[in-house]
Amino acid sequence: MSDENDTVLKASGITKQFPGVLANDQVDFDLRRGEVHALLGENGAGKSTLMNILYGLYKADAGEILVNGVPMHLSSPKDAIKHGIGMVHQHFMLIPVFSVTENIMLGSETAHRKNKTESVFATLDRKEVAKIVSELSNQFGFQIDPEALVGDLPVGVQQRVEIIKALYRNASILILDEPTAVLTPQEAEDLFRIIHELTLKGVSIIFITHKLKEVLSIADRITVMRAGKVVGSVTPAETDEHQLASMMVGRDVILTVEKTTAQPKEDVLKVENLSVRDQRNLETVRDVSFHVRAGEILGIAGVQGNGQTELAEALTGLRKSESGKIWLSGHDLTGNSPRAFTSSGLAHIPEDRQKHGLVMTYTIADNMILCDYYHPPFSIKGVLQQNALDANARKLIANYDVRTPSPYVDAGKLSGGNQQKVIVARELSREVRLVIANQPTRGLDVGSIEYIHKQIILMRDRGVGVLVISAELDEIMSLSDRIAVMYRGEIVTTVDSSAVTREQLGLWMAGIIPEKV
Amino acid sequence: MEKKDLKEKFKALLVTVGDAVLVPLLAVFTAIIIGGIVIAIVGGDPFAAYKGLFQGAFGSVKALSETGVWATPYIFAGLAVSLAFKGGLFNIGAEGQLALGAVASAWVGYALPQMLGFDLPWFIHLPLAIGAGLLFGFIWGAIPGALKAYTGAHEVINTIMMNYIALNWVSYLLNGPMKDKNPLNVIARTPLIAESARIPPIFAGLRIHWGFVLAIVVAFIVWWVLWKTTFGFEIRTVGINPDAAKYAGINVKRIMTLTLGLSGMLAGLAGTVEVTALNYRHELGFSTGYGFDAIAIALLGKTHPAGVVLAAILFAAMRNGATRMQFLTQIPVDIISVIQALILLFVAADAIVRYIYRIRRSGGKVVLTRGWGG
Repeated sequence: MSDENDTVLKASGITKQFPGVLANDQVDFDLRRGEVHALLGENGAGKSTLMNILYGLYKADAGEILVNGVPMHLSSPKDAIKHGIGMVHQHFMLIPVFSVTENIMLGSETAHRKNKTESVFATLDRKEVAKIVSELSNQFGFQIDPEALVGDLPVGVQQRVEIIKALYRNASILILDEPTAVLTPQEAEDLFRIIHELTLKGVSIIFITHKLKEVLSIADRITVMRAGKVVGSVTPAETDEHQLASMMVGRDVILTVEKTTAQPKEDVLKVENLSVRDQRNLETVRDVSFHVRAGEILGIAGVQGNGQTELAEALTGLRKSESGKIWLSGHDLTGNSPRAFTSSGLAHIPEDRQKHGLVMTYTIADNMILCDYYHPPFSIKGVLQQNALDANARKLIANYDVRTPSPYVDAGKLSGGNQQKVIVARELSREVRLVIANQPTRGLDVGSIEYIHKQIILMRDRGVGVLVISAELDEIMSLSDRIAVMYRGEIVTTVDSSAVTREQLGLWMAGIIPEKV
Repeated sequence: MEKKDLKEKFKALLVTVGDAVLVPLLAVFTAIIIGGIVIAIVGGDPFAAYKGLFQGAFGSVKALSETGVWATPYIFAGLAVSLAFKGGLFNIGAEGQLALGAVASAWVGYALPQMLGFDLPWFIHLPLAIGAGLLFGFIWGAIPGALKAYTGAHEVINTIMMNYIALNWVSYLLNGPMKDKNPLNVIARTPLIAESARIPPIFAGLRIHWGFVLAIVVAFIVWWVLWKTTFGFEIRTVGINPDAAKYAGINVKRIMTLTLGLSGMLAGLAGTVEVTALNYRHELGFSTGYGFDAIAIALLGKTHPAGVVLAAILFAAMRNGATRMQFLTQIPVDIISVIQALILLFVAADAIVRYIYRIRRSGGKVVLTRGWGG
């Protein structure tokens, strides 16, 4: 498909220094025509910095970039686009109330004015652009309606709009930043098909990710980065998940979680006939009943958007339930406030760590007392106790391996993995009887995932009940003692994790209802 | 605390303080330069004008005293707006809260002894007068606060509307039931308050009063509450991230209501002190936009109590010095409004200042934690 002479992009000796951290250290990277070159690395390894340099968002302190053999000085994304480099960011840059066509035109509208004299008052030539969009869409099998409003489209299709946007600007080099992070397994499959189509037409793709499985299935070459440096380049044929993980983390990584058989005891969480409505007043959790016992992990599997978010909110007091009962350690807490739940022994690792879990502009020390600030030792007679706060932060930073120069760094300045560790440390260090962990490792690197999984199992072994909600099948499979599958707001089945296969779970998640197990 | 962490903490403090102080200082500096150019364009001598301004504000004991007198309501009202900002709320209603506080204190000051039929000792009468102002300010802030918390009605709209209600009520009271009945009086104002309800001046012969000292003390209390108490932690958490506050078990609605109530209370105190320490009565139109200047002061002070005190003194100095500047150079006092507007512009749009002086935004997107221990 590609050979050495067909190099379309070559970066050599790229170095970029940020205050306090060398983000890129003598990085070499090259891309050949029609290949998928995966860039693998943990959060903070320097992948995004390198891509931002290639896309003209940052200026490298040293190094050289050649596009099609010509040295390039990229001072803005405009330059990058001019040289055929397109980027699809992890968070889409689309306007929901605009149509697909309008979104694609945005930023290069005047290119289609009818004649030069109308430069200021040129009418937008939507028809012409819509035609091009249709052509591109057909050519690559995108199946996109140019007239559709972007806000009405599923996430996977929005991503295709971003890709077309780049192609419309004649991109022949496409940078995809963590493209599968927001996709369901089905949508990811579709994306891989599209990527394949694109490479056949000569488009070269840089695929940034930290997911090992998909790298092995889609990439032609894999470059691994760690701590700002390139660790090595390999092809999928000559490597495996285990080796890639070790390269990323810099040490041996245990990918499967080691755990003993559960020793379940009494119920700590009991849910009966629970129904919950979401913001749009739709009943997204319907008549759900289950229980979690002390010393076991119950995993709730399901494709995102099947009611897991609302279920977790109801179980933690953040959302009122419509009907049904919730018992925590034998207390009926239905309809109670979040504080009633936490003071009855609930630890909650929330789905969205930046929205619920942390105050980004607070220091780590402040974030570590977010749920306990109001009682001794942190507060005595309404006054915050700086010494207790400091001691607590130091203890948790050490015990939970949070990588930070000081407890007084803002949480927002930590990497995602360390942010999650702050939450995990705060929640698991309390006197708890039940842990509800919603997407506990979403967007994290291998090292952090391994660490958080270990902590969750440690809690179980200490006799705490754990409820894990996750859209990652691997996570559910490796953590859970029992698995409940959620589909369209209902728990369609609950099984023992040893008695089920990945494929079987996948089918249930897709709504193919099993016989009674 | 270990030495290394102290150093780290100090460094972090320096960055925060540097960033918080530098931009406002440069905003003021730039505004003064441009103000000077404006003065020159209209045919004045900017150096003479600024010299007059400085003399008028700080050039004598009397000038200093008057600057302090001006600064007092600015500090209270600036603190009011800042506290609301810290709680994530925009209090545009300081003007109305201030007027109600003033009228309530005035009523207690002149009418209460008459109603009771005997004189009260100052240590009862003065706290009552101040308490009335605090109470009415609190109510006038808590109403839009509760509306925001429990119904979602935006506090900007409601504090503005509450301003109209308050100002019209005050106008009615001062022209009607509370008007000074003295046959010689034609002005819409209350009678003088009793001696026992007055805050005394600090020095005989100067107008500077203990209310100024109170303002500094209150600024310290606001800082202490915000950063050292559990309640302040709740206010700030709700202000920065209400979702996380709810997750943390904080009663977000209650805190919102209380925050805007306390903000109104501070604004009410501005009016109270003007009545009990300076004018000894409430007069229609005495407050010429303190409540609105307070927003500028809060922004210039970066919503920090210490910053508010400094910004309030700056605004007071300009207002106070302007008269002498006009007397010496015939440049109209209105130039001060131009400079204040410019300051506000540069503080609000700090990107302009950062661009002019090439200041990099501290913090930013740099991840600090990598490379530490692998």
